[in-house]
Amino acid sequence: MNNAWIITKRELGAFFSSPIFYVITTVFLCLYSFIFINLLSYFNTLSFQANAAPLGTPNLSVNEWVIEGAFLNMAVILLLMIPVITMRSFAEEQKTKTIQLLLAAPLSLAEIVAGKFLACMGVVTVMLAISSYNILFILFLGDPEIGPILTGYLGILLMSGCFISAGILASSLTKNQVIAAVLGFGFALFSWIIGWAAQSVGAGLGEILEYLSLVSHLENFLKGIVDSSDIIYYLSIIAFCLFLTHRVLDSRRWR
Amino acid sequence: MIEVENLTKRYGARSAIKDLTFQIDKGEIVGFLGPNGAGKTTTMNILSCINPATSGTAKICGHDVFESSMEVRKLIGYLPENPPLYQDMTVSKFLAFVASIHRVPNKRVSSAVGRVLEQCMLKDVRGRIIEKLSKGYQQRVGLAQAMIHDPEILILDEPTIGLDPIQIREIRKMIQELRLTHTILLSSHILPEVTQICSRVIIINEGEIVAMDTLEGLNSSLKGTSRIQLKVNQADATAVDKLASLQDVIKVERKADQEFLIECEAGTHPQDDVARMALDQRWGIVDLRTVRMTLEDVFLKLTQEESEAA
Repeated sequence: MNNAWIITKRELGAFFSSPIFYVITTVFLCLYSFIFINLLSYFNTLSFQANAAPLGTPNLSVNEWVIEGAFLNMAVILLLMIPVITMRSFAEEQKTKTIQLLLAAPLSLAEIVAGKFLACMGVVTVMLAISSYNILFILFLGDPEIGPILTGYLGILLMSGCFISAGILASSLTKNQVIAAVLGFGFALFSWIIGWAAQSVGAGLGEILEYLSLVSHLENFLKGIVDSSDIIYYLSIIAFCLFLTHRVLDSRRWR
Repeated sequence: MIEVENLTKRYGARSAIKDLTFQIDKGEIVGFLGPNGAGKTTTMNILSCINPATSGTAKICGHDVFESSMEVRKLIGYLPENPPLYQDMTVSKFLAFVASIHRVPNKRVSSAVGRVLEQCMLKDVRGRIIEKLSKGYQQRVGLAQAMIHDPEILILDEPTIGLDPIQIREIRKMIQELRLTHTILLSSHILPEVTQICSRVIIINEGEIVAMDTLEGLNSSLKGTSRIQLKVNQADATAVDKLASLQDVIKVERKADQEFLIECEAGTHPQDDVARMALDQRWGIVDLRTVRMTLEDVFLKLTQEESEAA
């Protein structure tokens, strides 16, 4: 595992010294903050209305109206951004042939893949950490429940892990970073919307599709529910994609 | 040190290398010579555990490159044809990274980096971004990268390609200094380089070994190698035909106006006849000498014969 960490450190160094990271983070923060402010001011309006007419208004919770919505929107933004973070991981190495450096070193493929994955997770974690000022703002001004915030972050991280592992898989398939990004994005979006077909295909298959959808598992986390089946779902998607990446790279050695 | 037996690599129906068998002993510098596409890189990639072979075995210090590849990788330093450099890193950071993936213990990383910076004359550029370095410096970083874990065996794929003559000389000097402590397999299609550096040559063409010998051995074992160069003052147009009519002469080539290259049967020495002819015809001998076949000729001859036979 120490070897994977060496790869992770190098990858993180490359991320933080390249403009890609700063552009992605800036765009991410702008979009997310914009959405957050809008959610907050809408909640503000609702609160004023509730004050004016206390009867007949729904129970206003800042968790439900602002934070949950913000997380859900953040997930969409990440869906767009993560393929750009992962696209270079193997595609660039294969294009510049630096992959040979790793293959000739006493490292196992699993360590290389794990190192790349952890680095991308690290980048997303840093992005989430920076964006947390929005939530901190609410913590200062209001009195939200902490639990759902923490589980929300856990859910977002797990879901990001799925996007990342799929993006890395896409990146291992090609030398071209654009193709890697498009494939990763396609996978992420598809796994997001797969549940939409649930209504039209009948009960049995519908349930399966519903289960496969990334977003349906996120909702529990956002409500503060940590269900082991959700965690297992996310972890198994991550493991499956990373396993496929390993197989792709291994088969490439033979060709 | 390196034992290769019946090594074959197929890509689909095409064979990149066929049944290669050779050995390299400790302390040798072996030149791996062949035209582009002969299978040099393929062989080197197999030896450095980047690609597996289709069949056959390769052993490094008794360890099979496929079965116990982790052991092999520790013993080998590889400089691929395009040096694998992370362009966005500084030289010393990059070398430290390579050291750690080659399991150099943390405490010794900085001394290992210092050592290769010294050996490869990179001290002045240690803090520069690799992308900004000239091709010559990048090549040296590539070499430094291969030596960082102090491997017993160095495999260098075209170490001087794309460099200017001064840089080539520097790299060669560096390799020559390494010969005392390392076993080196280097590939090239530049022949003088091999003659200068290597103690033994393996010539490979279209995936097969066509010759494998010391330089002297190659020169002498070749058939029809004796050639005479004749330079005169005033030869007429018929000189070529006249020379060709001599006994034991196979072919005469007019290299310049007054310069001839005479190819003779192996083991014959028609120098006397050539001299007599020149004297009789009053051409005025300026120079008459036996030409040793250069490796370049050997190389051309071997690879061409091979393709003619095919």
